[in-house]
Amino acid sequence: MSYFVNEKGYYGDFGGAYIPEMLYPNVEELRQNYLQIINDADFQKEFHALLKDYVGRPSPLYLAKRLSEKYNANIFLKREDLNHTGAHKINNTIGQILLAEKLGKKRIIAETGAGQHGVATATVCALRGLECVIYMGEVDIQRQAPNVARMKMLGAKVVSAVSGSKTLKDATNEAMRDWINNPVDTHYIIGSVVGPHPYPDMVAIFQSIISEETKRQLLEQTGSEQPDYVLACVGGGSNAMGMFYHFIDDENVKLIAVEAAGKGVSSGFSAATTFLGKEGVLHGSRSILMQTADGQVVEPHSVSAGLDYPGIGPQHAHLFKTTRAKYVSITDEESLDAGLLLTQKEGIIPAIESAHALAYLEKMVFAGGENVVVCLSGRGDKDMDTYMKYFNL
Amino acid sequence: MNRINQLFEKRKHNILSIYYTAGFPNLGDTVRIAEALEAAGADMLEIGFPYSDPVADGPVIQASSKLALDHGMDLNLLFEQLKDLRKKVTIPVLLMGYVNPVLQYGVENFCKACAAVGVDGCIVPDLPMVEYEEFYKDTFLENGLSNIFLVTPQTSLERIHKIDSISNGFIYLLSSSATTGKDLNVSDATESYFARIKAMELNNPTMIGFGISNKATFDKACKYANGAIIGTAFVKALAKAATAEDIAEFMKDFK
Repeated sequence: MSYFVNEKGYYGDFGGAYIPEMLYPNVEELRQNYLQIINDADFQKEFHALLKDYVGRPSPLYLAKRLSEKYNANIFLKREDLNHTGAHKINNTIGQILLAEKLGKKRIIAETGAGQHGVATATVCALRGLECVIYMGEVDIQRQAPNVARMKMLGAKVVSAVSGSKTLKDATNEAMRDWINNPVDTHYIIGSVVGPHPYPDMVAIFQSIISEETKRQLLEQTGSEQPDYVLACVGGGSNAMGMFYHFIDDENVKLIAVEAAGKGVSSGFSAATTFLGKEGVLHGSRSILMQTADGQVVEPHSVSAGLDYPGIGPQHAHLFKTTRAKYVSITDEESLDAGLLLTQKEGIIPAIESAHALAYLEKMVFAGGENVVVCLSGRGDKDMDTYMKYFNL
Repeated sequence: MNRINQLFEKRKHNILSIYYTAGFPNLGDTVRIAEALEAAGADMLEIGFPYSDPVADGPVIQASSKLALDHGMDLNLLFEQLKDLRKKVTIPVLLMGYVNPVLQYGVENFCKACAAVGVDGCIVPDLPMVEYEEFYKDTFLENGLSNIFLVTPQTSLERIHKIDSISNGFIYLLSSSATTGKDLNVSDATESYFARIKAMELNNPTMIGFGISNKATFDKACKYANGAIIGTAFVKALAKAATAEDIAEFMKDFK
């Protein structure tokens, strides 16, 4: 069983490039070039130098002692929150900006939900001196004000998406429209493992640095590069795919992807895609998405803007369907409580996205001695407003 | 031979195709507008079935789709509305929309339903050519349906030939690489693109769409293709006034 993309751009039944002809040349140009560019020795050298000296990698693998005591397991946190710009998103944007330069692109567009991908994109555009336009849902602009300010300070133009639920899905639609209208000089930095092939594969490759480092660090700290469990939150699923990537073929490592149940999976206010969704096409690939019987996309809900997406990447859909990874969900409240718990036990304020993954530890039963890695995908600064309101701080 | 092929057999020039969204401005307007358009001189119709995330469309068509969805339009209802289409409308009719609603309806069911109500072809911009060829082409052909592909100024010569080889109705030339609703701007580059396609002497007729909003842009487009498609301009007009008289008034400009 292969869990990776085939030569046609599919992961089992999922993937492909369902795009209008207006996008075909852009996507085809990427498809024909991305592997060759990424695998080039000079590209790798530049990519890894920036990851080391600009992003601050390797990010630590931290054994959270007080959390470990509580859960009766060795809980390791992969500290993507310590990356420059505060989340895993920068790994992908560094890779894609170098790729865009190789393709001769002069203008960068991106979509963002929580703003972490927008900040990471604006950052690399500032670093390389490229024009940057970020699409963000009107609702997210309001709930992620600090990140909007960061993007603007970095020189990006932030465009408000006012259609649909005015969140990540709609920002993605607007970014795709921009790309359609600017087909020659523009590169679209998609921020997750979604979109038409080759995006899901390309983003997963850039994010796979997370699991590559984790294996090495686990070997040093535990004597084995294989943990018992790997956990990560899933919206589109890029931190999860980066966290799973080098463990996917280690079948004895249990992979757990945590979706946002919102107010509860059956409440009508949820983003628990694998529970509520079915197979379909959104934003250029065949995957699993929340939709009506007629194929209209259902608006998702999560307290976390970064998980507020009605689909998952096609590789996740494949891991779900083949049961290689287990997909579970956590409510808004459970995630906020887990965020507070980590803050008070370990002195780390997590992004609410990452808090979803942490919250699932409450539902697991450990015999003792198991090694568990949780991807701490981002830091909670951007979510302080939400934490403040919820905990009345 | 379906009605699309018959039309292009009979006429080579100035073919006028009109796009409008099913269920817009009112849920029950779909067939009424078709009748009015035929009476006012339209040669072909493209009825859009709405989708929540229409990435290739501009704000006007997106807003019409949203309203239609809010009214309750879906493919089941659309086929129900089109049951008596052929008692009232004789010109070719195509359905245009995005792939996900078609996949959920089931491609085979969709094609059969099209054939049953007398729809002649489909335009599904995000259905990849490779998927169509591998999985769906036979079903389309068995049901007498043309599947229309789009070509943009960025489409390679090789790909245009490929599209020509698997098309059986017409080829939809986009005036520019853009979402719907942008003005037609016939620059030197656009003109040379149209001329280049014309010189290719494709097997299939061509229709130019996107940005055709008045008589001048329609005539310009017809210089390079067998006809042109008006979408956004008509949907915009419908939003303001949608009686048969209003439609006739709109159509007068193009005749």
